[in-house]
Amino acid sequence: MSTGFEIAVDSAGVALVTMDMPGAVNLMNEIYAGLMEQTLVELTRGIAEDRIKGIVLTSAKKTFFAGGDIDAILRYQSQANWDECFTELGLMKRQLLRWESLGAPTAAAINGAALGGGLEICLACHHRVALDAPHVQLGFPEVSLGLLPGAGGVVRSVRLLGLKQAIPLLMEGTRLHGAKAKEAGLVDDLATDAADLQQKARGWVLANAGYVQPWLRKGFRIPGGNAFAAANAGLLAVAPAVLRKKTRGLLPAPEAILAAAAEGSMTGYEAAMRIESRYFEKLIRGPESAALIGTLYKQVNEIAARASRPAGIAESKAAKVGVLGAGMMGRGIAHACALAGIAVALKDMTLANATAGKDHAAALLDRAVERGRLDAARRAAALALIHPTTENADLADCDIVIEAVFEDLELKQGLTRDLLPLLRADCIFASNTSTLPISLLAQAHGHPEQFVGLHFFSPVDRMNLVEIIRGRRTSDATLAHAYDFVQQIRKTPIVVSDGRGFYTSRVFGAFCDEGVRLLEEGVDPVLIENIARQAGMPVGPLAVMDEVEISLMAKVSKTNKRLDAMLGENFSSVHEHMNTLAEAMVAEGRTGRAAGKGFYDYRPDGSKSIAPLWKERFGSTTQISSDDIRDRLLFRQVVETLHCVRRGVVQSARDANVGSIYGWGFPMHTGGTVQLIEGYGRRAFAARACQLAARYGERFGVPDELDALLESAA
Amino acid sequence: MQQQAIIFDAIRTPRSRGKADGSLNEVKPVELAAGLLRELKVRHDLDSARVGDVILGCADPLSEQGGAIGKTVAMMAGYADSVSGMQVDRYCGSGLEAVNLAAMKVMCGVEDLVIAGGVESMSRVPIASGGSAWISDPEVALRTGYVPQGISADLIAALGCMTREDVDRFALESQQRAASARANGYFKSLVPVRDAFGRTILAEDDFIKPETTMERLAALKPSFAEVGAMGFDGIAMSRYPSRDSIPHVHTAGNSSGIVDGASAVLIGNEAMAKDLSLKPRARIVAMANVGCEPMIMLTGPAPATLKVLKKAGLTLADIDLFEVNEAFASVVLNFMRETNVPRDKINVNGGAIALGHPLGATGGILIGTVLDELERRGGRYGLCTLCIGAGMGIATVIERL
Repeated sequence: MSTGFEIAVDSAGVALVTMDMPGAVNLMNEIYAGLMEQTLVELTRGIAEDRIKGIVLTSAKKTFFAGGDIDAILRYQSQANWDECFTELGLMKRQLLRWESLGAPTAAAINGAALGGGLEICLACHHRVALDAPHVQLGFPEVSLGLLPGAGGVVRSVRLLGLKQAIPLLMEGTRLHGAKAKEAGLVDDLATDAADLQQKARGWVLANAGYVQPWLRKGFRIPGGNAFAAANAGLLAVAPAVLRKKTRGLLPAPEAILAAAAEGSMTGYEAAMRIESRYFEKLIRGPESAALIGTLYKQVNEIAARASRPAGIAESKAAKVGVLGAGMMGRGIAHACALAGIAVALKDMTLANATAGKDHAAALLDRAVERGRLDAARRAAALALIHPTTENADLADCDIVIEAVFEDLELKQGLTRDLLPLLRADCIFASNTSTLPISLLAQAHGHPEQFVGLHFFSPVDRMNLVEIIRGRRTSDATLAHAYDFVQQIRKTPIVVSDGRGFYTSRVFGAFCDEGVRLLEEGVDPVLIENIARQAGMPVGPLAVMDEVEISLMAKVSKTNKRLDAMLGENFSSVHEHMNTLAEAMVAEGRTGRAAGKGFYDYRPDGSKSIAPLWKERFGSTTQISSDDIRDRLLFRQVVETLHCVRRGVVQSARDANVGSIYGWGFPMHTGGTVQLIEGYGRRAFAARACQLAARYGERFGVPDELDALLESAA
Repeated sequence: MQQQAIIFDAIRTPRSRGKADGSLNEVKPVELAAGLLRELKVRHDLDSARVGDVILGCADPLSEQGGAIGKTVAMMAGYADSVSGMQVDRYCGSGLEAVNLAAMKVMCGVEDLVIAGGVESMSRVPIASGGSAWISDPEVALRTGYVPQGISADLIAALGCMTREDVDRFALESQQRAASARANGYFKSLVPVRDAFGRTILAEDDFIKPETTMERLAALKPSFAEVGAMGFDGIAMSRYPSRDSIPHVHTAGNSSGIVDGASAVLIGNEAMAKDLSLKPRARIVAMANVGCEPMIMLTGPAPATLKVLKKAGLTLADIDLFEVNEAFASVVLNFMRETNVPRDKINVNGGAIALGHPLGATGGILIGTVLDELERRGGRYGLCTLCIGAGMGIATVIERL
């Protein structure tokens, strides 16, 4: 009878255990536990009856074993299930302890990826042979989900490899295959094909009767010693500080891994297992793992699976794209298209400008070749796809045209009108604007249903996000094809509806605006910047404004004021302080980083410091608690996001969350602007926002119907 | 009824470089301290059986400094079997803690006569070689906010806007005062270290660098810039976010010297003066220890000083001489700002920057140093205080008799 784990014993007494759980992958869940239990019973009996001399473990799936069951893990996060977490981890661990002390040698024949729980099962085997192929990856990705390997992965890695080798693998989630996996000590041997794999695994168990797992032998010493061995004490004295430099103390998972590894090296084997379980539980109890799993795993996968793309429309592939404007954004977009094998007509006013755009793409490609990420042939092929031009006619056969010229309504509309007659009827017209309403721009297009916003982020080659903006009349088909295009150039699309500032500009601008307000209230600018970074923002508000260029912000401010007048709106009030100060700074020549002075003064050696004039102008002794500063900077962004949800600009939490993290670096550990509320606790969030509103202003006021809003975006 | 804790003597070995090429590297730690106990026995014609306990501070009590080293030293010094011994660890404050504990035993009548001090052979048992959870257990280090002491010292300088020149100038003064005191023979507490045959190995402190100049100090590389850049600067600024950087001003030239050395203070009640014909030199007036914020760590001396003065019923102005351990220049400069004690009352014969800081022994050394100078000047009250790892401070007030 099929158990899901097939056991076939050959004439030499080698039991081949093939994992073939129901579904596409083998997963560490309740079903697995049941199957493993039955398998252990059967193997134990076979060994006792001398029928089974050795065991080879392999998989019937494309992957060896896919790891932990994320949904099962998420269940533990509810307080009611915390104790269950410790107990059930204990059960999984005990099974693997029995596996590794069955009394017969076991070898893993790794014929597919073994990540997380899959690798843990392999480490519980006595010997590991892996197929030497790029898809047969081994590693511990748990850290990126805010977890740690809880089925003995930390303990066994340390006992197999020693602290120095194990800690980086566990903390960084490195995936290795082939020779690198062998070098790292994760596998003992490599095989060229399936037959070689089985032969090597089988051969080893037959040749190693009586084999005992090294850490179960008497007198076993961890390679390199324990955490207090002289060789390791130095490393461990600085490892936490080095980690904090990266994470700023906001990600508990790598810290828990470091602690579990170090502490488990000081104890007996089974005590180490329980220490590992407790650190796993600690992570489950905090909001970060839910945030990382929810947003960076589930919601990113939903986006990849096109959850926000209109259904029922056949997938499209762009063969040729036209880019209007070879400036910073246009050239980056051209590079992205070329790299994805899409022909690009890169148009500018002069051939010199257009060619400069192509040269920039060439420089990016060269850098990739230097770093070994691209071979010369692919580089040449990509470059050949970019065609600099000054002629509208060259865009006639484009599937998509992306307009990336100056943020000037008349300019954009004029270019659109001029180009329109030359384009195919089904050509999609996209604008890269960050400021001008899509519906307004679409008016220049004869068929606004073909018009869409494609808001890229700078620098395009490093920023993965594209904010797709649906105009009032944009059709489902246009939206779907825009979505396909973004995925074709291997970027991450979020979908928002038209509205002033869309989503990203509106909310990112609120962060900057709040920074300006704090400055004007007389808070020490050094404090503002430090607290912003400690909160998890990649850069402080003052530094980031300098980098975006104050001159650009002043232009956007003027544009928005003009639009407000034109449309009878008051969007400018959202970023009022930022706008006013930016315009004043431009009048004083403090135009930003390029000019060497903005909020900071920039020195030739690359260093910078806050310009003294700010303390003189606004004072620097206003005492606002660090907590208030931090929460003002973060909550402002979250509340602004709620306004976007309320106005229907953002329709799903996934677009808000992923957009915030990928778009402007909203702190990853929160899971994004909407997830922050859930991690905080909705009532606690509302109460804190109320407090901030009372102290600092209505812009922190949370809509009463918070629950309804969050449900609508679920 | 409470007894008086009388200091009958305070002696110390000279201090030498705490590396393999230091003059005392060939002397094992138990011998450094045993030599002092033998000296006390000889110069006071002491019946060692009258000594109740030997309390020695030691900050790295392992291998050659492991075990209850006070007892080992008492045995090696040929003291009677009836003498017990122990080791005390309050990091850099261990030696003064040993003195304070001895005083407490005498004051409450548990002992009549105790020897207290410390020993540290940093050349044979390197600093921090014992390891600790505070430094090396990742969870503990992160939760308690561990940073290396030098980062704390640089942080104090940064928050106090002390420049490299400020701290170097302080260091130069320490060197000049120590060189002058040595040349003038002010260090009466010194007892030469001799070998088994009575030949002198070292008679004077040889760590002092009289040739120090501001230029030479300025040329030294900051000791903690690298470890700060690795991540400890970020950790420090996460608790002290008003700075956008921590200028690293401390070097080997303006931080305490790593040296070998030992100290021993003979403490007993008034009855011992008559009983054993011991001449009282001073009495211990008050003792105190405090905790302070552990990340900035080295700000303990001022609060410890204020606490001990309150216990003593004295004011800062009543104290004639201060010994504020020169763990790092910024520590003493910060103490001066917090208390307004003038420079000419502090470390008048130089300090650990010039003479060295044998961690567990220094507290006992400071008692001898301040007492020597009180006697030389005819002063009345002296106060010794040290900053301590993990954020503590310790202070003792003595009165010359």
